[in-house]
Amino acid sequence: MKIEVLGTGCSKCITLENVVKQAIAKSGKFVQLEKVDDIMKIMEYQVVSTPGLVIDGKVVSTGKVLSVDEVLAYING
Amino acid sequence: MSWKESVDYFTYDLLHLEGHLGEAINFFIYDTIKIWFLLISIIFVISYLRTHFNTEYVRAHLQGKSQLYGNVLAALFGIITPFCSCSAIPLFLGFIQARIPIGVTFSFLISSPMNNEIAIALLFGLFGWKVTVIYIGFGLLVAIIGGFVIGRLNMEKYVLMDVKPMEGELDEVKIKLTMKERAKEAYLYTRDIFKEIYLYVVIGVGIGAFIHGYIPADFVAKYTGAENPFAVLIAVIMGIPMYSNAAGVMPLVEVLTGKGMLLGTALSFMMAVTALSLPEAMILKKILHVKLIGTFFGIVGVGIIAIGYLFNFILQ
Repeated sequence: MKIEVLGTGCSKCITLENVVKQAIAKSGKFVQLEKVDDIMKIMEYQVVSTPGLVIDGKVVSTGKVLSVDEVLAYING
Repeated sequence: MSWKESVDYFTYDLLHLEGHLGEAINFFIYDTIKIWFLLISIIFVISYLRTHFNTEYVRAHLQGKSQLYGNVLAALFGIITPFCSCSAIPLFLGFIQARIPIGVTFSFLISSPMNNEIAIALLFGLFGWKVTVIYIGFGLLVAIIGGFVIGRLNMEKYVLMDVKPMEGELDEVKIKLTMKERAKEAYLYTRDIFKEIYLYVVIGVGIGAFIHGYIPADFVAKYTGAENPFAVLIAVIMGIPMYSNAAGVMPLVEVLTGKGMLLGTALSFMMAVTALSLPEAMILKKILHVKLIGTFFGIVGVGIIAIGYLFNFILQ
């Protein structure tokens, strides 16, 4: 599984990245995490409000910080 | 017992406070708690409604709309969509990617922060629905005309980043959430916003309470009322660096209008606080030429100043 956090360095994006890290640790699964801050790449995902959360190439949330449990639910899928 | 009577009872009968001090403390308690209550309830309602829209949804709906109609639609969407200046770059470039004209994008960029939930909640709570409607109505007008004018100036060349316009249409954006999920999202959003601003409200009301209790009305009227022809202009310039402090500034403006500041001046000031944000300009500078940002600030500034003078003139 691969999770990408889309964000250009705003405080919300950093918060979301930390949330995702916690969720991954909690899940105990092997998950690849990537922070995407290249604006062109973010736009390829058709996301215009950051932070965005992408799981296995699919955009699951935009413009908001999710809770650890919400991200965990996506990981456990 | 009404809220006002309860606070009166508390300050004058229980604490036995009198004179200026009593008045200031009474005002402080009354206003702080009233504003907190209104902020929480109004922001909750607005953020609940907002769960039906997001910026991606707005972009899909603005694609392929004609110039003026696009400006009107973008300004209206600005009321209901949340805006964070940190998202300004992806928003701007993403709109270009969808072949939305920059004039339409600017209509959205002007309207969205101006009609933010904190400003609307405070306006409604402090000044009542009439002033709120005037503020939103004229705010939309500035956004529509401002965006339309920028669109006519052919400033596309001042976008410093090369974005390849996409071909075809964007997919329809669907947001599927249950009522419970929407309520939860609204609750979390309201909680976060309240945590961010409650202290600003206390500080703003605190300074307001001091003015309310100690500074005489004719002093306020002299500098912010009809006697000072430059009041609107000064108010707008002062409003530019205050973006993040809308929650503290607005209670102060309420007190000043109560003491003789003209309503047009107050409106201009509040619009400048929300619409002309220095941090947003700094962020946009990464992708837009200074000329375009200057034009954007210039047009919005002139619009806001015109509204202030117009109102002061009509209401006199």
